[in-house]
Amino acid sequence: MLAFGILAVILLASAIWTVSAKKPVYSVVALLLHFAALAATYLMLNAEFLAVIQLIVYSGAILILFLFVIALLSSGVAPFSVGPNKMPKLAIPAVVLVLVALGAVTVGVAHLVVPVATSTGGSPVGPAGTADVFGSVGDFGKALFTTYLLPFEITALVLMVAVIGVILLAGDRSPYVPSQKQAREVRREMREAIVRGGDR
Amino acid sequence: MLPMSVPLLDYVALSSVIFFIGVAGVLIRRNPLIVLMSIELMFNAANLLFMAFSRAWAHNAGHIFAFLVITVAAAEAAIGLAIVVTVFRTARHVDVDDVALMKG
Repeated sequence: MLAFGILAVILLASAIWTVSAKKPVYSVVALLLHFAALAATYLMLNAEFLAVIQLIVYSGAILILFLFVIALLSSGVAPFSVGPNKMPKLAIPAVVLVLVALGAVTVGVAHLVVPVATSTGGSPVGPAGTADVFGSVGDFGKALFTTYLLPFEITALVLMVAVIGVILLAGDRSPYVPSQKQAREVRREMREAIVRGGDR
Repeated sequence: MLPMSVPLLDYVALSSVIFFIGVAGVLIRRNPLIVLMSIELMFNAANLLFMAFSRAWAHNAGHIFAFLVITVAAAEAAIGLAIVVTVFRTARHVDVDDVALMKG
């Protein structure tokens, strides 16, 4: 319970820091802290594999991608708006609506008559690090490759669509083949250099 | 329901608050990178809830769902950042309020 309290404080503070930071780099740092605390929370919930995935995929891949984009965009002049953050007109009603919805969800769960799992077929919960208990890597892998094989395959499709989309959006129009004009230019320069005496 | 050291409702409340902070970030901030990070916050609040309920029922369907959510979040971040870079290439300036070409 104490560990949960400490983690909850870290999670909330880093989330607020992420949203309120002036520069996006500080947001990334705060988000890194948030993801690390979240991984620790997953460990508390017996989700070993997902805790590791959280660190590798989120902190290792996605946040580095954010950092690369920030570095790429900030190399010249300041690319981001420096003016005050304008709140759209709909924000206040939206905030009220979301608060009401979240309150309703929380109260609803509190009063939920939780059906006791009788035939879920779940594995027994054991200490972390034990093989084939609930949440262990073996348990997760077995479920992923037997019961949930089709969603796993669709995951591959989603990632492929994302890769193709990114190449279409941000990639060069002709990444490998230089245009005819460029090739002619290069040949002409080389010819002139040879005529000049090879002193390029 | 398996006994948990921390009540399930605490996880629900924590996740709701984090999700709400993410919503506020999307609504208030104009920097598209911070908007994308707020969306990541919301994804992770949902994931935390999946984990907590998965633990409460001792059934790993929630883990599979969280795994799929992480995949979709990775794809979304890649596409979103590509859009930011594309906008920056043409406009040399990125502001979510200025990107309104497809506004009705």
